[in-house]
Amino acid sequence: MKRKLSAGDRIFMIVVVAILVLVCLCVIYPIYYMLIVSISDGYAVTRGEVNLFPKGINFAAYQAILSNKYVPNSYKNTIVYTVSGTLVNLVMTGLCAYPLSRKHFFGRHVFNAMIVFTMFFDAGIISQYMVVNSLHMRNTIWALIIPGAINVWYMMIMRTFFSDIPEDLFESARLDGANDLTIFVRVVVPLSKAVMATMVLFYAVGHWNAFLTPLIYLDDRNKLPMQLILRNIVMGADASVSGSMSISSDVATMSMNIKYAVIFITILPILVVYPFVQKYFVKGVMVGSVKG
Amino acid sequence: MKAAKTKMGRKKFLKNVKQSRWLYLMFALPFLYFIVFKYGAMAWLVIAFEDFNAFKGVFNSKWVGLKWFQAFIKDPYFWNIVKNTIVLNLWNIIICFPAPILLALMINEVKNKAFKKFTQTVSYLPYFLSTVVVCGFITNIVATDGLINQVLKALGMNTVTFLMEPGWFRPIYVMSELWQGCGWGSIIYLAALAGVDQQLYEAASIDGASKFQQLIHISLPGIASVISIQFLLTIGRILSIGYEKIILLYNGATYETADVISTYVYRRGLIEANYSYGAAVSIFQSVIALFLVVMANRAARKIGQTSLW
Repeated sequence: MKRKLSAGDRIFMIVVVAILVLVCLCVIYPIYYMLIVSISDGYAVTRGEVNLFPKGINFAAYQAILSNKYVPNSYKNTIVYTVSGTLVNLVMTGLCAYPLSRKHFFGRHVFNAMIVFTMFFDAGIISQYMVVNSLHMRNTIWALIIPGAINVWYMMIMRTFFSDIPEDLFESARLDGANDLTIFVRVVVPLSKAVMATMVLFYAVGHWNAFLTPLIYLDDRNKLPMQLILRNIVMGADASVSGSMSISSDVATMSMNIKYAVIFITILPILVVYPFVQKYFVKGVMVGSVKG
Repeated sequence: MKAAKTKMGRKKFLKNVKQSRWLYLMFALPFLYFIVFKYGAMAWLVIAFEDFNAFKGVFNSKWVGLKWFQAFIKDPYFWNIVKNTIVLNLWNIIICFPAPILLALMINEVKNKAFKKFTQTVSYLPYFLSTVVVCGFITNIVATDGLINQVLKALGMNTVTFLMEPGWFRPIYVMSELWQGCGWGSIIYLAALAGVDQQLYEAASIDGASKFQQLIHISLPGIASVISIQFLLTIGRILSIGYEKIILLYNGATYETADVISTYVYRRGLIEANYSYGAAVSIFQSVIALFLVVMANRAARKIGQTSLW
């Protein structure tokens, strides 16, 4: 049923589209700006000539980053923390969500209440720090991947997904003599690719972007993830890292390019993967928010 | 008779446990996790009532009762950080709460599928960028030689050291929250809008209602319950604010407006190693937050059938 828009409706639609275009520009421009500054000539940047298009394209800033002592190493650290952390998250969240989704799991209401309570009462960073410290996890990878092994909110999304799997599938597996563990591995996991993909995405982004946890728990500079090195370079908290980076004699002119280049390589993986995984996270949020 | 009943009960109990044995096996690790890292952490809060000394340990440190709580409440700084927490959250609610609703309503009006998908994809993106990236970008564009001051200079105005001005902290913080969260926040409203009966729009347009009137009289009432639930839940979180961003953006010059309860706990408790004091402030915050969340959830449950648990 297509009808011709009235004049008023046409103005309304123009305003709506104009605002949405403006919103998109507000998101895209900062990211675009970082990219063009990072590949432009340092002097042009300081003179304020780089606004819409790059000027004097060169990749010196990226070369400087790659030859720096800390940046490539921290990048590697971030990858290690993200991969191992996400793996732990998936296994632990699955092991938690599956029993809680089974109706015959004796005591599940008690366990459920116990878990939900932790969502609402936050013990705070001091006591979290005490726990990690007393387990001698400080300054190790464990401090980054174990304390946050299960996100209760994500666990609930997974649990909802599991409990929506048709009961018949469990029954027939049980008649074949399969126990709950076998059913989980053979039946439930293969059926849960969509929710697993959502979980991987959320957890992995969380590890990739983690800042506070490594800030609190890691002291050794060689173990620091990308985000912390990024903070040190971009926000000037650590002159030794950014100082050792200048390849030109003029630190000031290059520094802006280097800062934006470091930011850019940090978000690059997210920008690359993002368009392909979009459908998963929207689905994930829906399951979580609508069914709660 | 009674004995028989308990015997039956025990039998049933054992049968239930036996039936769930594989599930218990699977649940063992997650259970241990919650006990150690969540309830273990809560147990550590006991140091808020002690003069905790790391060398003496929890059991041998001196018990001081409510000393730290009293110290905190009597501290002239107490009202300042409580006020900052609430004011920053209020700013956040006033600006960042309606924005996703408006965005969702507008995206919902777009009929061109490709453009709709594009705006959604683009507006969700900032949610996935780290706080460090966002704050790093802010620090650089508001720097004295950054983009914003370049523009100000070009317009013949004086440059501003934004991050050193207490008055600028809240606008900068809220703007960045808006940039990061607006698109993502719209997802839930878009889902609600998709559930509004399409026949209502058709009927209204036959009756000659303009698109704007349809938005006000059909779309908005259609998502009113979701809006009120979200609003209550936001109010429930008023005392807890993400402090990663604050830690990255504030400095001594802006504590006056930027220092909130969580950053105070972080600084006094962790950095200065006043663990007991930090734990006390933390308990103060968590107890009030728990109360607010429970109240908000109860109210939300009355409005819609959905709730958090």
